[in-house]
Amino acid sequence: MTTKLFGEPVRRREDARLVTGQGRYLDDHGRDALAAAFVRSPHAHARILDVDVSDAVDVDGLVAIYTWEDLPGALAEPLPLLIPHPALTHGRTAYPLAREVVRHVGEPVVMVVARDRYLAEDACALIRVDYEILKPVVGVEEAAQGVHLVHDDVPGNVGANLVQEVPSPSGLSAREAIEAAPHTLAFRLDIERSASTPLEGRGVYARWDADDESLRVYSSTQTSTSVRMAIATKLGLPLPKVEVIAPDVGGGFGVKIVHPWPEEVLVPWAARLLGREVKWTEDRREHFVSSAHERGQVQYVRVGFDDDGRLLGLDVTILHDHGAYTPYGIIVPIITSTQLLGPYKVGAYRVEFSSIYTNTVQVTPYRGAGRPQGVFCMERTIDRIAAFLGRDRTEVRALNFIQPGEFPYDQGLTFQDGRPLIYDSGDYPESLRMLKELIGWDAFPEARARAAAEGRRIGIGIGCYVEGTGVGPYEGGHVQITSDGRVHVSTGLTSQGQGHETVFAQIAATELGVPIEKVSVVTGDTRRFGYAVGTFASRAAVMSGSAIALACRKVREKALRIAADALEADPRDLEISDGLVHVVGTPSASIPLATVAVLSNPLRYAFDEETQRATQFAGSSSPDRPPVSEGDEPGLEGRDYYSPVRSTFASGMHAAVVETDPETAEIKILRYAVVHDCGRLINPMIVEGQIHGGVAQGVGGALYEKMVYDEHGQLLNASFMDFLMPYATEVPRIETAHLETPSPLNPLGIKGAGEAGVIPVSAVIAAAVEDAEGIVVDRMPISPSDLHALRQARDAGITPGAP
Amino acid sequence: MNHAITLTVNGVVREVTVPGRRLLSDCLRHDLGLTGTHVGCEHGVCGACTVLLDGEPVRSCLTFAVTVDGHEITTVEGLASGGGLSPVQRAFSECHGLQCGFCTPGFLCTVTAFLRENPAPDHEEVVEAISGNLCRCTGYQNIVKAVHRAAEIQAEEAG
Repeated sequence: MTTKLFGEPVRRREDARLVTGQGRYLDDHGRDALAAAFVRSPHAHARILDVDVSDAVDVDGLVAIYTWEDLPGALAEPLPLLIPHPALTHGRTAYPLAREVVRHVGEPVVMVVARDRYLAEDACALIRVDYEILKPVVGVEEAAQGVHLVHDDVPGNVGANLVQEVPSPSGLSAREAIEAAPHTLAFRLDIERSASTPLEGRGVYARWDADDESLRVYSSTQTSTSVRMAIATKLGLPLPKVEVIAPDVGGGFGVKIVHPWPEEVLVPWAARLLGREVKWTEDRREHFVSSAHERGQVQYVRVGFDDDGRLLGLDVTILHDHGAYTPYGIIVPIITSTQLLGPYKVGAYRVEFSSIYTNTVQVTPYRGAGRPQGVFCMERTIDRIAAFLGRDRTEVRALNFIQPGEFPYDQGLTFQDGRPLIYDSGDYPESLRMLKELIGWDAFPEARARAAAEGRRIGIGIGCYVEGTGVGPYEGGHVQITSDGRVHVSTGLTSQGQGHETVFAQIAATELGVPIEKVSVVTGDTRRFGYAVGTFASRAAVMSGSAIALACRKVREKALRIAADALEADPRDLEISDGLVHVVGTPSASIPLATVAVLSNPLRYAFDEETQRATQFAGSSSPDRPPVSEGDEPGLEGRDYYSPVRSTFASGMHAAVVETDPETAEIKILRYAVVHDCGRLINPMIVEGQIHGGVAQGVGGALYEKMVYDEHGQLLNASFMDFLMPYATEVPRIETAHLETPSPLNPLGIKGAGEAGVIPVSAVIAAAVEDAEGIVVDRMPISPSDLHALRQARDAGITPGAP
Repeated sequence: MNHAITLTVNGVVREVTVPGRRLLSDCLRHDLGLTGTHVGCEHGVCGACTVLLDGEPVRSCLTFAVTVDGHEITTVEGLASGGGLSPVQRAFSECHGLQCGFCTPGFLCTVTAFLRENPAPDHEEVVEAISGNLCRCTGYQNIVKAVHRAAEIQAEEAG
């Protein structure tokens, strides 16, 4: 049986090419293309006085050198501010090549095009840029003092300030509720920068067809449709003359949703100008200093609660470090400030964030997109309340949960999609019950005692999150069945390893009743589907999955109508299985979908034996009706879109057991457990893979990864030698359990799964270390050196996280 | 200055002229068109560029092409034999040991050489064997599983 594929661990159809070296990533294209390389600023903040290229022009193989002065029209303007917001009163974006001032190390200043990358870099090395060094602004708290400015016209370095408030059920403001509460706590939390760091960096390859006056661009992007519109606009080309393709992409994790990158407009521009293919492939250092980072925040928390630990009021002020520019608006701090609430009812809530400029790499979403910081804040808060009251941490959580009968639950805030933050479904008490069982929460005190008897320190931690997934505005799907019986599915959003070719084929095969082998899926190719938003915010399965299902249903309906005519049956009596339309209960009365496809397209000219059935003398259509009925279209195909009223909310809970070394302060994760609810599972194997990868990135963020800037704004660890991403030796075995509370918002009942794994990890590890050590942990990541310093501070009587 | 060198790549003798500074990774990818070998960091840390040099795993991004003149190289394109996937390739697919696939060629080459040396490794040995390769997608759990599964397939086929 081929049709029950939804929910099965179907093996990936991508793998055959990827395990044999037949994948086609960006740099695998354009073997004969010219290579671009960039002279980038070595200073965090400086005025460009002069660019001297005289030594570079003699480099053998040099083709062109460009600075900002060379850029025409819209290309000379700042790059787009992708997501404007009324609170972003001082949004600023970079020029494709720096104009007069550079504002972070790594900002592109000069573009060089040469016969190959070696020669382009030779020329870059010979270009002399004179700078007047300006005072760099580094560190969000320093920047917020506004002593020195990143942008002359942005007072106080404040790009945006946004306050959201929800009163208590009795009408008190958060601050009033906290004042009136029996107990209050106040503290400061510190979250370091990390970054998406896909193994493949960014890259662009452009081919200008002078005869056709058209441009084809390949980009390692998470949104080909939007890159296409940006290129057409920046280059002044008609949209139909520009096509953008996201080929195999070696990981994204958020950083590749930003667009257009300077290189994404400069490379196509140069290709057109030179009439030659041009390619730029980012190297690892470039990725560290000229793409994007995330996470960096300082949070000031005040909370009021009663004797049982019930939350009465929460007041959070966030300083969000958004780096030198704001191309992605204030999406990250909006998500932090709204998703902070997690599965809880907090009484009254006030959250204020200031989004602050610094002379560092810009900040845009990285998997989790602001949620890890929000969850860190909320979960650290609950742990402090539990510690204050001497209560079990899971009891305090359970006391504050939204209950299963309370959905849809309106948190009273505006979410990142501009829509109300209304949770659609979930079951948090059940999730907690499953997690406690999986990790053995109630039996942990005995384990701790046994370990202590051996001179070992172990601790347990927990973290809960709710994740808005599947944000709009829309995605579309196109499904075509051709006369050979093959099913061609396309959707505009892109893929970076999520297995879309497999899961979308599962959906199509299930909806249409065809063998999955007949289905092929194309994503991220504007030649196949021009309308799309992109792959981010755990939205691909929800958005494109739903759109493809809806498109399949249209095709199915048409197939049944045509087959009913041919079989002289009622469409309601027909079903499709194994690619055959047949009368229910009469399997012999059937017609292959391939034949239905032939009949759907009235022909004058046959091109094989099969298609002769659809020609004008074959007698397949009534002489009294037009061959294509009014309102109908030729072909067995359908297109549909899914545009939800608002996001759907996945959730989950993680727990970890860690051991800390009394001597070396090394932190080892002994166990890691995940309970995950993303609604109905399309492919459990792929969902688990997403969770594993997310947790691994979370472990990196919790224990190892940070961007170390010095006071001059130099990134000191811009290599894989120094930025410590986890290897297999650092990631624990992850134990998972699934809960499925279907979303009522989409036709498949699904919720997003892509980011979930990473979200609570820092909170969980901090809690477990705190439990093992009896030391308050107020920052992430926590390295052995950090833990050692915390131990010393404790011994000296200093309280961490004092406000 | 350019140098004419001869490499045996995946069993095929290839002659190529390269500058002295040409990295083996660039030579394979750009001069010979074997783009299955990927470059993730160009400083020898991520392992994506791992190929087999006379059967031993090396980082092709830290190797000059001229230094391997006359040697045998196996890339990911050469792991499948007789039209079928190798046990390691099959195991990675079976166990969902890859997502974006960019680091995968390096893992496949590393693991192929490892299982030749140690056909029945325990868990610690497997983790140790792959601990020089970075993957940002999978969290390694399914890669570890895939290495054990590959050992199993090899044993079945040998038996």
